[in-house]
Amino acid sequence: MSDRISVAKTYKLYIGGKFPRSESGRVYPVTDAKGKFLANAAHASRKDVRDAVVAARKAFPGWSAATAYNRGQVLYRVAEVLEGRRDQFIAEVSASEGLAAKKAESLVDAAIDRWVWYAGWTDKIASVLGSANPVAGPYFSFTMPEPTGVVGVLAPQGSSLLGLVEVLAPVLATGSTAVVVSSAERPLPAITLSEVLATSDVPGGVANILTGRAAELGPWLASHGDVNALDPTGAALDDRPGLAREAANTVKRVLTVPAAEPDWTAAPDLTRVRRYLEAKTVWHPLGV
Amino acid sequence: MPVFEYAPAPESRAIANLKDSYKPFINGEFVDGSGEPLKTINPATEEVLAEVGTASKSDVDTAVKAARKAYDSVWSKMPGTERAKYLFRIARLIQERSRELAVLESLDNGKPIKESRDSDVPTAAAHFFYHAGWADKLEYAGYGPNPRPLGVAGQIIPWNFPLLMLAWKIAPALATGNTVVLKPAETTPLTALVFADICRQAELPPGVVNILPGAGDIGASIVDHAGIDKIAFTGSTEVGKAIQRQVAGTPKKLTLELGGKAANIVFEDAPLDQAVEGIVNGIFFNQGHVCCAGSRLLVQESIAEEVLEKLRYRVSTLRVGDPLDKNTDVGAINSAEQLAKIRGLVESGDAEGAQRWTSPCPMPDRGFFFAPTVFANVHQSMRIAREEIFGPVLSVLTFRTPDEAVAKANNTPYGLSAGIWTEKGSRILWMANQLRAGVVWANTFNRFDPTAPFGGYQESGFGREGGRTGLEAYLNV
Amino acid sequence: MTATTSTSAAPATPAPLVDATRDDASLRRFLLGLPGVDQVGVEQRAAGLGTRSIKKDAKRWAIDTAISMVDLTTLEGADTRGKVRALAAKAVRPDPERQDTPRVAAVCVYPDMVATAVEALKGSGVHVASVATGFPAGRTSREIKLADTKIAVDAGAHEVDMVIDRGAFLEGRYMDVFEEIQAIKAACGDAHLKVILETGELATYDNVRRASWLALLAGGDFIKTSTGKVSPAATLPVTHIMLQAVHDWHVQTGELRGVKPAGGIRTTKDAIKYLVAVHEVAGEQWLVPDLFRFGASSLLNDLLLQRRTQVDGHYSGPDYVTVD
Repeated sequence: MSDRISVAKTYKLYIGGKFPRSESGRVYPVTDAKGKFLANAAHASRKDVRDAVVAARKAFPGWSAATAYNRGQVLYRVAEVLEGRRDQFIAEVSASEGLAAKKAESLVDAAIDRWVWYAGWTDKIASVLGSANPVAGPYFSFTMPEPTGVVGVLAPQGSSLLGLVEVLAPVLATGSTAVVVSSAERPLPAITLSEVLATSDVPGGVANILTGRAAELGPWLASHGDVNALDPTGAALDDRPGLAREAANTVKRVLTVPAAEPDWTAAPDLTRVRRYLEAKTVWHPLGV
Repeated sequence: MPVFEYAPAPESRAIANLKDSYKPFINGEFVDGSGEPLKTINPATEEVLAEVGTASKSDVDTAVKAARKAYDSVWSKMPGTERAKYLFRIARLIQERSRELAVLESLDNGKPIKESRDSDVPTAAAHFFYHAGWADKLEYAGYGPNPRPLGVAGQIIPWNFPLLMLAWKIAPALATGNTVVLKPAETTPLTALVFADICRQAELPPGVVNILPGAGDIGASIVDHAGIDKIAFTGSTEVGKAIQRQVAGTPKKLTLELGGKAANIVFEDAPLDQAVEGIVNGIFFNQGHVCCAGSRLLVQESIAEEVLEKLRYRVSTLRVGDPLDKNTDVGAINSAEQLAKIRGLVESGDAEGAQRWTSPCPMPDRGFFFAPTVFANVHQSMRIAREEIFGPVLSVLTFRTPDEAVAKANNTPYGLSAGIWTEKGSRILWMANQLRAGVVWANTFNRFDPTAPFGGYQESGFGREGGRTGLEAYLNV
Repeated sequence: MTATTSTSAAPATPAPLVDATRDDASLRRFLLGLPGVDQVGVEQRAAGLGTRSIKKDAKRWAIDTAISMVDLTTLEGADTRGKVRALAAKAVRPDPERQDTPRVAAVCVYPDMVATAVEALKGSGVHVASVATGFPAGRTSREIKLADTKIAVDAGAHEVDMVIDRGAFLEGRYMDVFEEIQAIKAACGDAHLKVILETGELATYDNVRRASWLALLAGGDFIKTSTGKVSPAATLPVTHIMLQAVHDWHVQTGELRGVKPAGGIRTTKDAIKYLVAVHEVAGEQWLVPDLFRFGASSLLNDLLLQRRTQVDGHYSGPDYVTVD
């Protein structure tokens, strides 16, 4: 019986809800953990970063103004659609990370559950992190968290899906928008995830995913005047101080991240969510 | 003169998938209850909709034992992340079956389809969605690092928002890890039993949710049962007091959401047209069968005439009739008993000298209906200013100063809700400080959201439902 | 279509309204003293009424009524006499194959096209409306605005659609706006005056209410939302506020004034939502072309399509209505 020739997928970037090739026209070969060729990935450039930031900024007013309930529904929808493509992700994670199917399965399941976890946060963040302030005077004062804006994320180089979800989902949960540079060597789950995002009611531009090199693209994100925060997780240890210094020029919120990639299967917490929030305090007099 | 007669636009009754008979739901199965079956009727036509099996005292025992077993063996041990996924499933199933639930709710309760469709059912789904998110985040709720559930919750709900009140009760109970035995109201059991079917579709473990139709005696049996750790009741203050007495001296945790006689306070600098909308929504939403209804309108004297004139015009445009008609604004009164109660109180208003105005709208010739009614010249001493009418009847009083408004608004044993209408922000916040009510709406009325705690002061009950605060009712804290 | 509105019945005007326009300070006090409009509340009310379900006979009636209220409009730099004549033909017989289709209320053109329109519509009963006063911006002198109006009226326009001076309004020079409307009204003679508020530039609902009252006080026969050249044009909440204003005006003075939403109303479904608002906010007696109009161009064909669907019992297609 002759084998059917399969139809290979072209992996592209995800910017503004569309799947363009890199404006640079560059690609790079992606192999599995054993060195077998899997696909050519788009090799994103400085200008792709620029386009992605424009898309993220354009999407910010709508996404941040959506009700928390609506954002929760959208993130939960991501989990639903991801669950529907579970097998595909297991295969890609397994190939990318060189893991046995069983291990890849548990990572994909954890990634799905992570979306559910963050989906549940959207309409609770304000009541957990906000406050009514008992100020000493005839004023009503309260403090509420608001999303910071556009977040540049250098996704972890090791964990191709779970780690990516753990750095992306909290950005979206707060109402911020993201420009993500995926793992360079393991980019395929990231692009398949962007297909999930594109079909999950996530508005175009809210999440933008670029495949390429953190070392090349990171400085452009760190120095960009229209990026409000930076997660340097995927940057090489030696590159991080430089990125942080660049980020200081526009007073970006820079995440403090562990030197080595953490165990992403550990229970999630609110650290990243907090980082992407601004606290706004409102005062109003009381009187007849 | 042209007449824009809206042709009837009825929602199809077939969508409700109405069955001839319904049964109690115990331990994941629909079972023959050993109580006397009841017939539930359509209050808009007085026709029997279905026969519903009811629970007996022994069924209560069976249900409580099933809930206990489910609690001990499955639900309390399950990680929050997994519990959450069941609740998300339920939320989605309610959304998917929303049209069926809405039509069934309107048939059984008499509320207009536009309200069941646009308010009751979506808000019920939202409650499950919201609380699903809490199931694995309880350590963030402010009750310590590992707050524990109580055990088996007995829940008794009223007929005014049958599915929504079920959601208010069951969603937080399950999210926090409790199992439940719930009794829907005698006159509105149907959507609760469709909800039971949704629990089955969601593959919720048997015993986690048990639904026992029945009358007040079954409610009392639930309250009495030694295997119950928590009682949550929504209903009349009279029954609430009886339950509180019954629970007194036991370790059962109790929350009560009872009656109200809310003041809706309109200042002379209010956005008047929207205030009129808010007054109408405050008292005629759900035929006034709302515990937090704005049943006492307090208007500043300087604008009283103008507000009354605008109000009467607006109320006269309300369409009373077939609850299934998409253009109906005010549906049927839920029962003959409730209709009689409303009539009695309205007669007392006449007798005590208040000035009655009734909307000249066309009325159906059968079913339990009551035309929207506004009483002017009402004084605090009249029964219609003090007693909860729970119907489409508004009492209008006046005030001169903010202090007087506060004094009159607070002059009631109740304290569930209040409304304030003024364009002046500082006055809104000052008034909100002064009013003894669990919910204060400013320049809006009758807003409900799963993230916003709801509940009363004084004889309107205690405990809150919704929000982070609402979790406390189901946690051992 | 006889004029039932009357703006000259000054004796009926209650004292507070007369006082309101005594001088600049009084007018300012009056307008700023109007009750505020709560944005969320009015938008909820508009959305709520938008859920009315209009079916069967009611829908037939609504479609025909809406057709009879259309001010069929062409206001382009590229307008030609040929275009205007084609529009006039359409106005008189909107659906040539269905002779029972009502004609529209008016054809709305620029002043220099009025003569062509009057000629084409002679004896048809369809009015000719002309925009004037430096439409759409209105950024020109009073002199030119009056001349513009005179050109339209002299050419035979039955109705004049003027724009208010939004700049003056936003600067708080209410009396200037008031006097200009009065002056244009006087220049209109027997022609009816529609006052375009350009609500998209007034930005707040409070301003829409103030501008509505200002135009009513100055004698506008109609208040109209928009030129159609600014986005947003007509919206339901804005129209609600204007309908409320003419309702309240009637309660206070006994006079009936009209409302015309213009721009952005393209579908039958939308038009019916507006008619429901007219019915329930202003009142039943406003459901006539003398008191309610739609400023529209593409709306008419959708109304005709839906009319056919109602009559024929199956869906029609765009090739079955005429396009000019």
